[in-house]
This record gives sequence, C-alpha cells and structure tokens, in this order.
Amino acid sequence: MVKLHAARPPPTPRLLSGARFMQGDHACAEGALAAGLDFFAGYPITPSTEVAERLSDRLPAVGGRFVQMEDELGSIAAIIGASAAGARSLTATSGPGFSLMMENIGLAAMMELPIVVVNVQRASPSTGLPTMVGQSDILQARWGSHGDYGVIAYCPDSPQECFDLTFEAFNAADRYRVPVFVLMDEVVGHMAERVVIPEPGILSIRVRKGPRQPPGKEPFLSYAPDDDLVPPIAHAGEGYKVHMTGLTHDERGYPITDAGVHHKLVTRLVDKVRKHADQILMTEEFMLDDADTVLLAIGCTSRSARHAVRMARAQGRHWGLLRPKTVWPFPSDRVRELAASGRVRQFVVPEISLGQLRREVERLTRMPVINITHAGGAMPTPEQILEAVES
Amino acid sequence: MSIPVEANISLVDKHPADDLLRADRFPHILCPGCGIGTVIHTYVRAIMESGVDPDRHVCVSGIGCSGRAAGYVNVDSYHATHGRALPFALGIALHKPDLVVTVISGDGDLTAIGGNHFIHAARRNINLNVICINNFNYGMTGGQTGPTSPKGARSPTAPDGNQDHPFILPHLAHAIGASFVSRWTVLHVRQFQEAVLRMMEKDGFCFTEVLAPCPTSFGRPNNFAQGLHEMEMYRDRCHIENGVSRMSDLQIDIMDPDWPIIVGNFVDVERGSYGEHA
Repeated sequence: MVKLHAARPPPTPRLLSGARFMQGDHACAEGALAAGLDFFAGYPITPSTEVAERLSDRLPAVGGRFVQMEDELGSIAAIIGASAAGARSLTATSGPGFSLMMENIGLAAMMELPIVVVNVQRASPSTGLPTMVGQSDILQARWGSHGDYGVIAYCPDSPQECFDLTFEAFNAADRYRVPVFVLMDEVVGHMAERVVIPEPGILSIRVRKGPRQPPGKEPFLSYAPDDDLVPPIAHAGEGYKVHMTGLTHDERGYPITDAGVHHKLVTRLVDKVRKHADQILMTEEFMLDDADTVLLAIGCTSRSARHAVRMARAQGRHWGLLRPKTVWPFPSDRVRELAASGRVRQFVVPEISLGQLRREVERLTRMPVINITHAGGAMPTPEQILEAVES
Repeated sequence: MSIPVEANISLVDKHPADDLLRADRFPHILCPGCGIGTVIHTYVRAIMESGVDPDRHVCVSGIGCSGRAAGYVNVDSYHATHGRALPFALGIALHKPDLVVTVISGDGDLTAIGGNHFIHAARRNINLNVICINNFNYGMTGGQTGPTSPKGARSPTAPDGNQDHPFILPHLAHAIGASFVSRWTVLHVRQFQEAVLRMMEKDGFCFTEVLAPCPTSFGRPNNFAQGLHEMEMYRDRCHIENGVSRMSDLQIDIMDPDWPIIVGNFVDVERGSYGEHA
C-alpha cells in the first residue's frame, strides 16, 4: 500500500540562481549566503532590518546559525567569536548600531579575525531620520574605532551590486583578515530592481589560508605573517592552541608591552590594505575618456550623477563619472591621475553628507571641487547637480 | 636530628598540569596573595578530569586581572574586549557546539560593563561555563569600586566608603535563568573544582561565582592587607549550604565580621540549551 505524504516545499538552495526582482537589503543577504555565510548575529535597526529578517529564514534553512542579539555590542562580538571558530560571519546595522560596534571593529582588526559588517546608512547624526537616506558614515567606517588599522569598504549603487559586493566582501575579509564593510544607503537598500544570481560553479569562494603544519608538534605562530603580510589562521578546536588578544602581541599571540613590537604590528595591520590597494580597488568609469568635468559619487547619489552626466553630454558638455565601488581604500591614484591629465579642469562631488567625500577629493588635488550636499533625508537630483556646476 | 626520607621518592621534571599552562608566559602578572592563580589552576585540573580532549576546550576572558586567565591556559584562548567575553564566547559555542567553552572573567567585566550580555546569555541558556572571579573591586586599574564592592568599602573612587548596593551574583544568575549556579571561594578548591567539572559536563548556561582575595587593591584599604587575611575570613565565616532555599540569603557583607557567607551549589536544573528545539 502506498502511503501518501503531504507535499512539502523543496528545501531552498543556498544559491538562488536566476533573475529576480529584489530589494537591496534582500540582495545583500543573498550575496552573503552565496559567499558561504555560516553565522549571523544582529539587532534590528531601520533601514537594515530586512537583511536580518531574510537571513532569519534563509540561513537556518541551509545549515547556518542566526542569532538575534541583545544589542550591537553583542552582535559584533558574537560574529568575531564565530569567526575565531572558522565561521564566515556577518552582522547588519545602521548608523547608531555602527557607532556601538566601533569598539570591537578594533578588536577584529587587532585579532585579524575576518568579519563583514553591513551598514545601511540613514540620515544622521544620532537617531536622525531612521527611515530616510544618508551617506555620512563614510569617514566613520574608515576611522571610527580608536587607533590605526586597515579596513575595506564597498559602496553598492544597486540591488545587483548589493549582491555582488557583499559576496566580494567575504572574500576580501578572508583574504586580508581585516574588517570589511558594505556601506549601503537607505535608497539602495530599499529599492527593488532586477538581480541576477549566477548558476552554481560561477562564483568562487576564497578559502582562508590555514597553517601549513599539523597541530600538536611544533608551536604554531598565529601571527607570523607570510610575504603578503597576512598570517595563516588556525581556528578554535583545530588543535593549535592559539591565543588571541586585543593587546599588542608578538608572533605567538602573547601580550607584550613593547613599543617596537607595537609599531611593527600596527604598521602591518595598516599595510595589509595599503600595499594591496591596487588588488582591492574597484571603480566604475562612465564617459570619462574625454571628460573635462569629473563627477565623483557613490551609492544612490552616483545614480543622480550618472544622469547628470547624460544631461550634460546632451548639451554638448564633456562630463564623466568616476564611481568608487570601494570607498576604502579610496581610488586616490586615479583621482591624482585625472587631476594631472591636463584635460580635467574641475571635480564635482554630490553626496548625502556635508562634505565627507569632498574632503577625500580635495586632499588629492588643488583643482576646484564643487560640492553638492544634502545633510540627509534627500539626495541631490541631476538638475541640482547641473545647476550647481553652472552657477 | 635528620628528617627521614623515603628512599623511593624522586623529583619529576614536569608538573602534571604543565601541558595545560602556557609556561613560556611565566612569571605571570598577578600579585602575591591574589586568588586568580588558584582559579586558573582549578580550571586546568577540571580540564584534566573532564575526560574531554583539551583540544576541545576553549577559554574566553574579558578585560581586567581576571581577564588575563585566558592568556595562561594552553587551550585555544581568546582575550576579548571589556565586557564582551560572553557574546564572543557565544559565537564560538554556537558555531562549534562540540567545543566546551568556558568564560573566566571578573565581576566588573561580567556584570557591570558586560551586564547586558550576562543576562541575555543566561536567558537564552547558551551552552557556556562562566567562572566569575569576584574580588570586590577593579583590581587592575587600582582598586576602584565595582558592582560587587561592599557598602562602606573604601576605594580610590569611594574615599568615604562605597554608597552603592552590591550585586548578589548567584541570586542574579538564578533570576535570569542560569541552569547551574554556585558560589565557592579559592579556599574551597575541591568543591570549586567539582562545580567547574559539573559545569563542563552540563548543557546550558552555568555560572559559578568564586570569591578571591585582592590584597593589593581591595584588601589594603579594607582590613584585608594580606591574601591570607581574606582566606582566614573565608575559613571563619563560610557556611556550606547546597540548594539554599532563599537566594536573597546569599547577600555578602565582608565588612561586617559577624556576617556569614553562604557557599555551595545552589541551582542545577534542566532548561534545554539554546537551539535544542530548532
């Protein structure tokens, strides 16, 4: 006798291959899953909540662990701990939560435990406009925790890039053992567009570089870097008896109070990113070949800027767009190169911040930098950009 | 007159606990008379008796004198930020549930700056063993008043005596849902070691407060100028009362020479650890 079972939905695959209409926050969650996410810990905060909500359903279904924590201090500590045990781990937040995470972003940098932090930026400071757009956490992402350290930050301009760059963020975190940020903004996080997720076998996940010696015999030097400045990593439970601390430490990971050791260690933490900037940097150039006016914009603002370039071109003007997909490291060499080309006569920086991005451009060139700003809640329109340049 | 020596006694090269201590880090930073060394040794003894491969033991600490414990034990060990040892340990314990994760930290780290994480880790019944070393003050920064400092105790930040009420840590741990709760002192090494072993074999959030002398910072301004003085006080005033009926009886006032200190294993219940019902 055939026993009939109620039809059950098939298990959802980790990789949702195919084209879908999807909002940026969800695409970000899917990018993390595609990258092999094992562990998510977070605290609800607008406008990033949809990342957590999506993962609370999707991550356990593919064998990962989702935890809703008591606050952002706990969320970031938990993902660093999970990373120490070998997990690809993620949290998602917005400005106020990002501020709370700064302490342990320094710990992740110092312990060299790879983590990815998504910050869907909203209008700030303080509680600001929780539901409305901002881009003013750019400098905090680079300098927010005390001391010197290296970080990588991606700025997607579309739901598709929320998927692509979140995927990329995990590979970069594991490659360089640094905190990696996906600096989205509320507009990109909440807009829905076509997102194409590749078929299995197309995306390649980078595996963390592990010890080249078996555990148990010789002591493992957890902080002895290779030529690329990145030490191999051993995780909790693998038998290497590692010690990791936020204190200044020697190659064994042991605390040491020594200015020379400190200088060498912190210099390496910074150089891991600085000396590999050319491999990390991602930019998009739009109509830049013959441009005399260079717009530099990130995230949702780059979409206004792109349209402004088209409008200016239609009027016969030679405008182009340089869009950093990685805001950290910043494409400094490219900006200097453009400034020295003899062709470019001005830079235009529209942003949802009162000049954070302008500051980066200004320090690289003596040319005029026209800054079109909004403190948050609204973004510069293409017309405003054109008007500001004309006046 | 000579002392008779048994002929078959020989010196050994190694202490049995040597493999579980990072001897290359000695001498340690702890002061003479401090109780933290006893806690570290007790933890190591419990690992040896746990029957679990040391490679599967993990130690996580926060910041402070007690937070240095992780740095001296030869298992995978992590010295996290101030107050964040518990969520850091949570990440390890949830990602690799086969590991035995023990948090050794101080009263200030776990219940002042880390108080929010403490109540929520217990509420969730995360599978962690917490050894909270209570020395009644912030020792490393010079003896300032902490969340367990007795009323009236003098410190660099309470020159006229502490005005705040101290936590009753086992009472707190019980109220927030810990599956195992005990209190011992570094004088009660056998019972303390048994409690640590019980935590290691038990699922869920397990908590042991261990009272420890801090003669350098807490003791000198408060009539316990030597570690021995506080050990004598434990001997004279501690009563063992396992399964105590009223948790509020666990209040401590070490400044009052007539105040009894109740120690024991108070709670041992099954709550189903985190994720069991997933």
